[in-house]
Amino acid sequence: MRTGRARVVRLAALIAAGSLVVAACGGGNIEEAPAAQEGDAECGDFNIAINPWVGYEASAHVVGYVAATELGCNIEYKSLKEEVAWQGFGSGEVDVVIENWGHDDLKQKYIEEQGTAQDAGPNGNVGVIGWYLPPWMVEEYPDITEWENLNKYAEMFRTSESGDKGQLLDGDPSFVTNDEALVQNLGLNFTVVYAGSEPALIQAFRQAEENQEPLLGYFYAPQWFLSEIALVKVNLPPYEEGCDADPETVACDYPEYILDKIVATDFAESGSPAYDLVANFEWTNDDQNLVAKYIAEDGMDPEDAAAQWVEDNPDVVEGWLG
Amino acid sequence: MTAVAERPAAPAAPEPPPTAQQQQRDPVRRTGVLLAAILGIWALGWALFKGTATLPLGRATLTDFQRSLNDLRDAFDAARDSNFFLETVVGGASDGLEALVTAAQNLLSQPAFPRPVPEIGWLGVLAVAAWIAYALAGVRSTILVVVSFLAFGVFGFWTESIDLLIITFTAVLISVAVGIPLAIAMARSRTVTTVVTPVLDVMQTMPSFVYLLPLVLLFSIGPSAAVVATLIYALPPVVRITAHGLRTVAPSTIEATTSMGSTRAQLLRKVQLPMAKQTIIVGVNQTMMAALSIATIAALIDGPGLGEPVIEALQTLDIGTAFVSGLCIVIIAIMLDRTTTAASERAEAERRTAVHDPRRRRAALIGGGVVAAVAVYLSRSYLWAADPDTLPDLGRPLADAVGSATEWFTDTFGQLTGAIKDGFTYGLLNPFQSLLADSPWWLVAAALLAVAFLIGGWRPALTTAVCLAVIFGVGLWQDSMVTLGMTLVATVLVMFLAVVFGVWMGRSKRADTALRPLLDAGQTIPPFVYLVPALALFGPSRFTAIVAAIVYAGPAAIKLVADGIRGVAPTTVEAARSAGSSTFQIITKVQLPMARGALVLASNQGLLYVLSMVVIGGLVGGGALGYTVVSGFSQAQLFGKGLAAGIAIVALGIMLDRITQHAAARQGRR
Repeated sequence: MRTGRARVVRLAALIAAGSLVVAACGGGNIEEAPAAQEGDAECGDFNIAINPWVGYEASAHVVGYVAATELGCNIEYKSLKEEVAWQGFGSGEVDVVIENWGHDDLKQKYIEEQGTAQDAGPNGNVGVIGWYLPPWMVEEYPDITEWENLNKYAEMFRTSESGDKGQLLDGDPSFVTNDEALVQNLGLNFTVVYAGSEPALIQAFRQAEENQEPLLGYFYAPQWFLSEIALVKVNLPPYEEGCDADPETVACDYPEYILDKIVATDFAESGSPAYDLVANFEWTNDDQNLVAKYIAEDGMDPEDAAAQWVEDNPDVVEGWLG
Repeated sequence: MTAVAERPAAPAAPEPPPTAQQQQRDPVRRTGVLLAAILGIWALGWALFKGTATLPLGRATLTDFQRSLNDLRDAFDAARDSNFFLETVVGGASDGLEALVTAAQNLLSQPAFPRPVPEIGWLGVLAVAAWIAYALAGVRSTILVVVSFLAFGVFGFWTESIDLLIITFTAVLISVAVGIPLAIAMARSRTVTTVVTPVLDVMQTMPSFVYLLPLVLLFSIGPSAAVVATLIYALPPVVRITAHGLRTVAPSTIEATTSMGSTRAQLLRKVQLPMAKQTIIVGVNQTMMAALSIATIAALIDGPGLGEPVIEALQTLDIGTAFVSGLCIVIIAIMLDRTTTAASERAEAERRTAVHDPRRRRAALIGGGVVAAVAVYLSRSYLWAADPDTLPDLGRPLADAVGSATEWFTDTFGQLTGAIKDGFTYGLLNPFQSLLADSPWWLVAAALLAVAFLIGGWRPALTTAVCLAVIFGVGLWQDSMVTLGMTLVATVLVMFLAVVFGVWMGRSKRADTALRPLLDAGQTIPPFVYLVPALALFGPSRFTAIVAAIVYAGPAAIKLVADGIRGVAPTTVEAARSAGSSTFQIITKVQLPMARGALVLASNQGLLYVLSMVVIGGLVGGGALGYTVVSGFSQAQLFGKGLAAGIAIVALGIMLDRITQHAAARQGRR
């Protein structure tokens, strides 16, 4: 019986090998894909990191689409969290991070100390971090957008998570937050509750608007969700240079972030035409919001969304190609 | 995400006759009284000292220890280009893995440049997979495999599904190659067991978010880091279960073989391995399931597979698409589970019965092989057989339907569920959490030690002391206590569900058949898929985190209880019935007490499964250790704190595991 079984197995192996040979010799007449557009053959592989938010995806795919169609680059999109992407500069696995929010510690480490990355200038987008309210609340309580009035309404914001204080919903763990210190230093009768992720924040705001429930939360622009519901920003004491220097005593709003592009040093020095494209790439928050809306709300494939926008804005694209 | 594989249920301990049970009431009651006394003293201490010495730590504050972990990471990062070992050995392994995975992808899933499609198109891959299933497992598995592969195609996730299969198989192959020799060593030597077991504990309970970044430093971005991340989490089940299988080969059999003069190698090859084969396959099976559960996490470091569409859909809160891609993971899990089980049963049956007809089978195999070869040929020659996009698209309509159904559900029941959350949080969670997290640390530590000693004995009390010292040392005491509170509350709910549904399933075959696929789905669908609906129902809160944990941990506990209930001797049940007991009496006086071993095992597993969801809970408002791990993964300057939180989770896991295991062993002895 043992030998019988062994023979079956051997036979099976033989057939498997045979069928592979047959297949390998016989097949292969599917038309081969056209080799990447000739044009500038020097572009070669172009590795774009995709950080996990839709606005970033929009910028990355527009740059990728232009690089592929106009420069003949072979685009590799790599889905990575921010810090992982920065780690990839040194090993040649990532060429560009197209939308960087501050990250002074990473700049210090990878640009100043290791020298594996370079700043490639602003991408035209401006990041605004702050405390936001669903629009129905601002209609109902017009003075609520001034921080001095928040305590008056604190009671309303109580939830099962915030105990006897009002809830300030924080939450995307990727973003730096001073909110615990801000609440304390501004003497607000609130407590910070950590929602823990961007979807959690968005879902909370969506329901707050739908069901007319009170909600105060940490949010940011540009973000596709703002085109679904136009959250209103609370006016905290205005930001001044250096007012957030000491995280313990900070009592002012967040600075505006000039979002910039970071590239691998090797990539910058390679003479790739894709580097020039990245260096010239610049667009507005409205541009990005539009493409992000195509992706997030209209359910378009990011590549199609990028193609659509590029087709509609030939002059802007022309400018990047210099 | 770090689930702990089910341990194979220990053979049911011989149940004492009812009369003996009467005499044992007393120690049980005494334990109960003492536990109540501990709780009373604790509550008194809480009332007196509430809010003092709770050891809180601000969100952005790092202790010296946590900062030193940051420095360690930086030193590591700086050394990776100059260190021979990292550069050559690890780098070489990484390149090798990457080449292997890429070759498989070009063959099966990704366009093989310059072809616009892989070397073998969908029809060929499907046919070969079906043929392998037929050869190893049988006709039913073949049908399952064909339907599953077709589903990948029509749902629009063919490439991602095959990629995930490639990563899973690579990780499982390595697990088996490393794990089985390791298990043999563990079965032979007590020292090896003592050294390896804690390592396996850490591998299974350390949240993968903690080691993703260091892994990328070592193995670089892409498939090889994804394979290694999968490997870390998937290796322990096969090692543990195989070692268990080898150890439980009857000593009399071994005696008989050695007395006939076998060498150790012969003993292993001819007796132990064949006799433990069934158990080993269970181990491999569990390793596969564990590997699949890492899929979504691996997508964060550009691991190929179904994780990416899940994560991407989550960014736009597209529940439908997340569901369909998650469903493909469930399909893969069920397909692999049923096929490997069928294959092992078949091998067993062939070994036992000499009667089977090799000639007919051989003919069918050859026939199938020819069909597969033709399919491979077609898939290389014609685009319709190569490109899965030519299949009808059922994914989009399904996604839309699921999206609107979920919306209707959450809109309709949102208010009600909100009320449930509030009632539960104020009534149970907040008081319990306050007891743990607002009492002074020394009071909590003393109470936990006393409980551990009382229900487990001095050994788990010692482990508890060490684990609490670790939690104290990493500087996250209060966060750990909040997490512990949520874990215990979630486990109580899990056990409630386990008893209700486990008894139902154990008593009714029909209920079992109906519920089992749902339980399988709950265990294998990536939690990322149901986070958004859970948020819609309960908002970002600790309760939402508990709900997510229950969805994941409930099924395992329910299955264990159901198995325990079914294992109660039918004659005993029959005897109770003929003595005039009502159904309720039979359940509470006979079946549940006699399935006590299974209940304790279920709570052990339930606890560990719940704990493995702490990080996911952190994404939906669970806060505490889970959130700390996630922020450590997201922000470079918090890395050390995230790692410290990971260590605290491991300590909690080992502590809870040892206490419940020793309690279980005591139950067995009684």
